[in-house]
Amino acid sequence: MIGFLLSIVAVLVLVGIAVVGVWGLDLRILFGVIVPYAALITFFAGMVYKVLDWSRSPVPFRIPTTCGQEKSLPWIKRNKIDNPASGGAVLLRMALEILTFRSLFRNMKLDYRQGPKIRYSSEKFLWLFAIMFHYAFLVVLIRHARFFLEPVPKLLAALEAVDGFLEFNLAAVGIGLPTVQLSGLVLLGGVSLLLLRRIVIPQVRYISLAADWFPLFLITAIGLTGILMRYVVRVDVVSIKELAMGLATFHPVVPQGVSAWFYVHLFLVCVLFAYFPFSKLMHLGGVFLSPTRNLANNSRSVRHVNPWNYPVKTHDYHEYEDDFREKMIGAGIPVERETAAEEPAAPAAEGKKEE
Amino acid sequence: MKLYDGGKIITGLVIFLLIFTFPFWSSLGKAAPTPKLVLPAKTVAKQCVTATPYMRASHMKLLNDWRDAVVRDGLRVYVADDGKHFNMSLTNTCLSCHDSKEKFCDQCHNYLAVAPFCWECHLVPKEKK
Repeated sequence: MIGFLLSIVAVLVLVGIAVVGVWGLDLRILFGVIVPYAALITFFAGMVYKVLDWSRSPVPFRIPTTCGQEKSLPWIKRNKIDNPASGGAVLLRMALEILTFRSLFRNMKLDYRQGPKIRYSSEKFLWLFAIMFHYAFLVVLIRHARFFLEPVPKLLAALEAVDGFLEFNLAAVGIGLPTVQLSGLVLLGGVSLLLLRRIVIPQVRYISLAADWFPLFLITAIGLTGILMRYVVRVDVVSIKELAMGLATFHPVVPQGVSAWFYVHLFLVCVLFAYFPFSKLMHLGGVFLSPTRNLANNSRSVRHVNPWNYPVKTHDYHEYEDDFREKMIGAGIPVERETAAEEPAAPAAEGKKEE
Repeated sequence: MKLYDGGKIITGLVIFLLIFTFPFWSSLGKAAPTPKLVLPAKTVAKQCVTATPYMRASHMKLLNDWRDAVVRDGLRVYVADDGKHFNMSLTNTCLSCHDSKEKFCDQCHNYLAVAPFCWECHLVPKEKK
């Protein structure tokens, strides 16, 4: 509960900082140039640092979570994707995981709906909301490239046309025009449903921390300010693109007439970028580096040697006998070899002789 | 610093950085061009039907309201903030001053990859040579 409230307050404070900074103190260069560059540097440096830090951890053994029959005897039907034995199969498994979220699709829930009997049933909502949210976010992110590229690539215009193919607007209710882009609504819908899921399901609510609530509220606020700017208050996008192109070409400009709404939106996005590498959102990089996903399950066919194994000092029985042979013979203890003369022979040859 | 699977990880990082910094390196060394609006001469008209900042951000709403008023309700008179009356008409009112689609409309629309559907019904005005 404290995490929930703290996160709402944190996002509101961030909005307040931008409002006071731009509206009150007119710090347009700070919020339009310095903060965005600082956030981007933090984002890229943080991403690289995190990934390199992870890659310093050895993964000596194969620990994939498998969901199917391992490759073994030819007459046992194997599951190539869910229990990959080769690099290619791992690639396929990873691609399906990253693009279709298969592990979320397997989500199960346990309930007592049929009397006292425990029942396991599939629980697809998390997967559905996650797919909605992530793909909508991707489209929204790509669409924003129109502010950073001049001329705007044809592909982006095509994406925008597809995204707005319903060609409807909400002008009748005072919202809308320009044409509604579906990705924005799906993004806001997806993030709201993910938020509701955390609020409504008691078990999920119990394990939710500030680090879970904050990104949800932050992204909600980003989506809301974006939608507000496009459909309700309608800002001057030409000068916003001038600002964005200034950032992209390293000739920053702060045009007049850019709405304070834009600075609120931009500041929240900057916070998201800077926060990204150091939070749960880093699963963007982590999904590629999950040892339980990206390793082939080949422990039975390939020997994996622990890289930090050190040479162990051994002293075997033959060496022991060499040390005490005469004393052992003197005391009547049986020995495997009567003399040490044969000692230099290879152990393998000795073994054969004994047979 | 020992990296495990360093080759693959560095490759992945480089791909990530190249994709995410695309706007920066693709426009490297180029100056950002800005739209060059050709506004109507002051002899044609001193001001638009409403304030410039509003028109810059919300002209599409005004045009949409006009379209709805004319086509659906048969209303043709727009009363401006200063009390002046205008005929609600893209062709006869807007285009009588802003007579070049290329030099006025397209400048910003192309800059932002906006594709308004005005010209699906309206004829594109002929460019004056």
